[in-house]
Amino acid sequence: MESKTTETHLEPINHQNQKASLWNLFFVFFKIGAFTFGGGWAMIALIQHELVDRKKWLSKEEFLDALAISQSLPGILAVNISIFTGNKLRGKLGVLFSTMGTVLPSFVIMLTIVIFFSQFTNQPSVVAVFKAVRPAVVALILIPVFTSAKSAKINRRNIWLPIAVVIAVSVLRVSPIYVILAVIIGAIIKTYINQQKLKK
Amino acid sequence: MIYLQLFFVYFKIGLFGFGGGYAMLSLIQHEVVEVHKWVSQSTFADIVAISQVTPGPVGINSATYIGYEVTGSVFGSAIATFGVCLPSLLLMFFVSKLFNKYKDNHWVKNVFAYLRPAVIGLIATAGISLMNKSNFIDYWSVVICIGAFISVYFLKLHPILMIVIAGCVGYVCF
Repeated sequence: MESKTTETHLEPINHQNQKASLWNLFFVFFKIGAFTFGGGWAMIALIQHELVDRKKWLSKEEFLDALAISQSLPGILAVNISIFTGNKLRGKLGVLFSTMGTVLPSFVIMLTIVIFFSQFTNQPSVVAVFKAVRPAVVALILIPVFTSAKSAKINRRNIWLPIAVVIAVSVLRVSPIYVILAVIIGAIIKTYINQQKLKK
Repeated sequence: MIYLQLFFVYFKIGLFGFGGGYAMLSLIQHEVVEVHKWVSQSTFADIVAISQVTPGPVGINSATYIGYEVTGSVFGSAIATFGVCLPSLLLMFFVSKLFNKYKDNHWVKNVFAYLRPAVIGLIATAGISLMNKSNFIDYWSVVICIGAFISVYFLKLHPILMIVIAGCVGYVCF
């Protein structure tokens, strides 16, 4: 009787247990690949919306970790994130389906354009549409800054870190790779110092 | 032979292209325009322009386009696209395996606790760097940007729907 009550006792919802089907993985990344203009960073808001808020396949912290890893490794940001997520949820097959989903829309669309419409960008209607889409994409890129600030545990004591990153990359033109490396080294040193303090 | 060459050039781009789409562009330009002369400088500018108005990562867009231009066949596109993704597949697969194994380690945990706020800074940088004259033509651009931000952040509009609405606004108004 007792064992039964422990079984039916509701555990806090573990998001990772919501199993994603391969088709689901493919479809979500297909949607992300098909609707984001302006490259990897514009995709982040949509990826967060789909994977963290709606599907709950990744927690907000895991999402930021995935971003840190994807940004530190070479290659296409959106592809890297789809590989991380696919691998986490369904292993090797998951990687195959999520990556195909990300790549396929732009592959098919570019192929159509290169074969049939090489004058595509000069169409007045295309110019008009993108005059409005471009500033909207900028807003889309900035949204995760605010939605993820809490899960990154940004507070008064560490707000200098994201600000320093912005200055280093946009003003001083330091490559993001070096910024990430510097943060990793700094974190290791800080952890080491804290440990020494604890020993004393 | 051209297929093999195409594969290796894009593999190289995938392996050394750090920092996302637009940072990769200079590398792509160097390889396909200057070293291999597969396309002219003006065609390359067209490819970049088309990539900006079509969805998906710029790296994939250029691989698909140039793969077809160079070989005249869909297989060329496929080979170049596969080439640019392969380094990511190998590296990410290996690193995410390591991460999942060691993510509860004291040191790894601490490093990621510092990386998260830094990543927020990187996202902000990406947004700020796009606030330039080619994206913000006049004050209407600013209005659209603010409107887009409010509708997604505060009014919880789906990002895809917001982009579609912005496109319709552009089509009707400009």
